[in-house]
Amino acid sequence: MKSAVVVFPGINRETDMARALEATTGVKPHMVWHTDSTLPDVDLVVVPGGFSYGDYLRCGAIAARSPIMSDIKSKALKGLKVLGVCNGFQIITEAGLLPGVLVRNAGLKFVCREVELTVENNTTWFTKRMAKGATVHCPVAHGEGNYICDAETLKRLEGENRVVFRYANGSNPNGAMNDIAGIMNEAGNVIGMMPHPENMIEPLHGKTDCRPLFEGLLAA
Amino acid sequence: MKAKVKVTLKNGVLDPQGKAIEGALSSLGFAGVNGVRQGKYFEIDLAETDKTKAEAQVKAICEKLIANTVIENFEVELT
Repeated sequence: MKSAVVVFPGINRETDMARALEATTGVKPHMVWHTDSTLPDVDLVVVPGGFSYGDYLRCGAIAARSPIMSDIKSKALKGLKVLGVCNGFQIITEAGLLPGVLVRNAGLKFVCREVELTVENNTTWFTKRMAKGATVHCPVAHGEGNYICDAETLKRLEGENRVVFRYANGSNPNGAMNDIAGIMNEAGNVIGMMPHPENMIEPLHGKTDCRPLFEGLLAA
Repeated sequence: MKAKVKVTLKNGVLDPQGKAIEGALSSLGFAGVNGVRQGKYFEIDLAETDKTKAEAQVKAICEKLIANTVIENFEVELT
């Protein structure tokens, strides 16, 4: 399983993500700088969390237009697996790889805490080692994770089983529609989520609930 | 030419920042404020001197980067 982690100015979770990928798959990911025009030959590209470009204009907006994103977009259309976490979710949504948009948390506060997630769809390449409907603990750390989209898109996401993760047990930290924490595109190769599964895989993290997500990549 | 661009949230899109401002106005004693919506304003200096071409350019700029048309509208004024 060859992977790459994209690095933009202002991103700060790339090391956590790289460590999680290496710890679970045994292979060190390529670190790709945003000005590169071509991705290395990989099976998965991860857009990690942080504050690319200081969230200027809109969170993820400027990173979404960087040179490497053109290559990611064209390869995603051909089936390359893409995972966007937190700012990475905002970036790939701004880039048009996923529908909708992430706006300011309804409570206006930056929220950094552990939430509970329900695995709504366990047939994806990222969730296949999870039981459907399983509840897992996962940390969040964001100020703009409030997922919104138009009514038609929401209906399609729900109808096509494209909500991958949902905040469970009243732990929605941001007011996202239908408690949406993570979604996928129509083809299923692009997944975006606000919570940070890379920070819940080792005993030192307190819990290892999200380790099976990364372990599932091995068989991808 | 110079372009003045106003970006506003579409109707129905929740604006928690506008709500917070509305709350602050109320606590300052401003009565009769029925609602506040926060937007963004940009001034763009263009080399283009032809108005029609400048309009087309600014429209492309707004659609591609300045506004997220999923949630935002934009208005352009050229001078």
